[in-house]
Amino acid sequence: MDFEFSQEQQKFRQEVRDFLEEELRRGTFKPSCDAWIQGYSPEFTKKVAQKGWIGLTWPKEYGGQGRSHIDRLILTEEMLRYGAPAACHWFADRQIGGGILRYGTEEQKREILPKIIAGEAYVGLGMSEPEAGSDLASLRTKATEDGDYYIIDGQKMWTSCGMFMNYIYLVARTDPEAPKHRGISEFIFETNLPGITITPTRDITGSTAWAEVFFDGVRIPKKCLIGEKNRGFYQVVNQLDYERAGLERLMGNYPLFDAIVQFVKETKPNGKPLAKETLIRQKLAQLQVEFDIGRLLIYRVVMVMEEGRAPNVEAAIAKAYSTAFEQHLAKIAMEILGLYGQLIAESKWAPILGMAPHSYLASTGYSLQAGTSEILRNVVASRGLGLPSE
Amino acid sequence: MNFNLSEEQEMLKTMARDFLADKCPKTLVREMEEDEKGYPAELWREIVDLGWIGLVLPEEYGGSGMSFLDLCVLLEEIGRACLPGPFFSTVVLSGLPILNAGSDVQKLEYLPKIARGEAICTLALTEASARYDAPSITVRATADGDSYIINGTKLFVPDAHIADYLLCIARTNEKAEAENGITVFIVDARSPGISHTVLKTLAGDKLCEVVFDQVRVPKKNILGQLDRGWGIVQRIVEQAAVAKCCAMVGAMQQVLEMTVNYAKERKQYDHPIGSYQVIQHYCANMATDVDGSRFSTYEAAWRLSQGLPSTKEVAIAKAWTGEAFERVITLAHQIHGAIGCTIDHDLQFYTRRGKAAALSFGDGDFYREIVAQEMGLS
Repeated sequence: MDFEFSQEQQKFRQEVRDFLEEELRRGTFKPSCDAWIQGYSPEFTKKVAQKGWIGLTWPKEYGGQGRSHIDRLILTEEMLRYGAPAACHWFADRQIGGGILRYGTEEQKREILPKIIAGEAYVGLGMSEPEAGSDLASLRTKATEDGDYYIIDGQKMWTSCGMFMNYIYLVARTDPEAPKHRGISEFIFETNLPGITITPTRDITGSTAWAEVFFDGVRIPKKCLIGEKNRGFYQVVNQLDYERAGLERLMGNYPLFDAIVQFVKETKPNGKPLAKETLIRQKLAQLQVEFDIGRLLIYRVVMVMEEGRAPNVEAAIAKAYSTAFEQHLAKIAMEILGLYGQLIAESKWAPILGMAPHSYLASTGYSLQAGTSEILRNVVASRGLGLPSE
Repeated sequence: MNFNLSEEQEMLKTMARDFLADKCPKTLVREMEEDEKGYPAELWREIVDLGWIGLVLPEEYGGSGMSFLDLCVLLEEIGRACLPGPFFSTVVLSGLPILNAGSDVQKLEYLPKIARGEAICTLALTEASARYDAPSITVRATADGDSYIINGTKLFVPDAHIADYLLCIARTNEKAEAENGITVFIVDARSPGISHTVLKTLAGDKLCEVVFDQVRVPKKNILGQLDRGWGIVQRIVEQAAVAKCCAMVGAMQQVLEMTVNYAKERKQYDHPIGSYQVIQHYCANMATDVDGSRFSTYEAAWRLSQGLPSTKEVAIAKAWTGEAFERVITLAHQIHGAIGCTIDHDLQFYTRRGKAAALSFGDGDFYREIVAQEMGLS
């Protein structure tokens, strides 16, 4: 049993911090919440690529560093702590690369992985549809075989990286006659093709981190298929563990946490710092306790990955827990700010860069995206505890 | 970074679990709640022979020389089994402090007796204020020649009714600041002037009022230094808090297993209730609370065992685990339905003991204040 990082790991953490501090000094970015999903900066992604920090865990033969999941944990922890704009490469790095490594052809590995690693391939996630959210297997987007091609027709929504992507990862139906779980396949292809229309989705915070993508007779070469035709659903469930497992579920709003703690230290209505008020101390301390529990639950997920196991139950536990923390953080920040909590970024008098109302709105989605908290609890109950289905 | 127990710790855990499942059934726990002493002498003997009392005491004193972390593994199983008796009082509240702060003479005097199960000991710390801060110590120890005379009342002292020795925390200097005038005394429980009353408690554990009326204690029985006892007390409280967390983790794990098993078997509307989504989600919530408690508790235990600064981690573990326990037991009761609300059912042992553990050695509010200080909110 050991709850500390090794010397090398601590050195690596410092290396990442030094890099981020330097980029802050240069003004490459300003710390912001949800920067991993809303912060699109090709410039920043290029710099991260130059450090060799995209695809950190991927094999060296494809350009990766062959490093541990714990190293990636440390890297992402610092990126999130600093609110760095890593969205261009986040999805490819987090789950798509792993999916290609597990199921992709040699050609896909040699063509796509190096581009992701170089910070040049931005991969959007084409999964959800208007009628297929939690019930992904009921998706309707079709991939119809036509000689050496598939023809894609349909619509995706909530496509992460949709407005920036130059590649899309897509799940589509390749056998409409088969039972729904057994007629789905995975694809990856460049988006500079005729028939693709992308429209931004303005989410509740007003940002356009997601997009709708319409496919109208889009022809993709058959080599774009990942793994086995009609086995896509079983391939993607593994990917979903990686999608939901990371520290971004806990630390997406870390800049807000930092800021509200600083705020109570500095703000002195009637001469006495808010930090001395018992209620405020208790609320913020409770957030700290909850944060540290979440951190341990996510570290545990990474340890399961290191052991070579799929962190199915552990990721479900960690994400359901962590998104509740993020919602609680936003709630407490708003409570502390009171009337000021309604002043959004760039308003006169807005405290802490308007992060609190932004996080309050954004947090409505955390317990829904990448596995609703209800679905996650189903996973824990059935796979973790062996409870029977109805 | 590795959250797993070592092979030896796994063996200790399995052995302890099997032993207690066999020798400490709930029928025994029930019996001991009514018993005046509160623990069975034969079982105590067997535990001594297993080396559990002396687990963390050095071999030179008759112990096994194992670590605080090893003890925590044992404490978790003891919490799971609801083991009645003065294990916690003797080992955590007394043996460890004497080991940590005692002189060589004191260690030689007390530790072998403790390891052999011949000395039951406890800690007399809390008073009427029911708080764990320095100003709450008002029991007075006044110098008189070669001795100190102790006067005052301690409350919530576990197992004082059977103790051979009490570590009494008393104020020896009224003029100094609260934290600088406190001394720890090893008091022979047979000293004239000590009387006790066993309180009637929720958990059926033997918490006592202890009255010190002109109790004479030789100066050589000061543990550590005169007036410098608060540091010793703080360390005791940290270790005791983590020990309580371990017991709660063991209790919660058992409650989760009982509840899941019940949900699989109990049928209503022709289906096991465990097939209904709300029940499934309750169980998932319980599993999450158990895991969070386990990892935070073991992080604090590991740090204490390694001699690393642990104030923040102990505070996080205790603040979390006590409240996690409440959520877990509430859902367990909800899932068990009416049967769980009977005294005949075993769930109530955990309902009562877990609450007592959550209250002891600092609750959520107490530890959140410590976390606030660690966050620099002063």
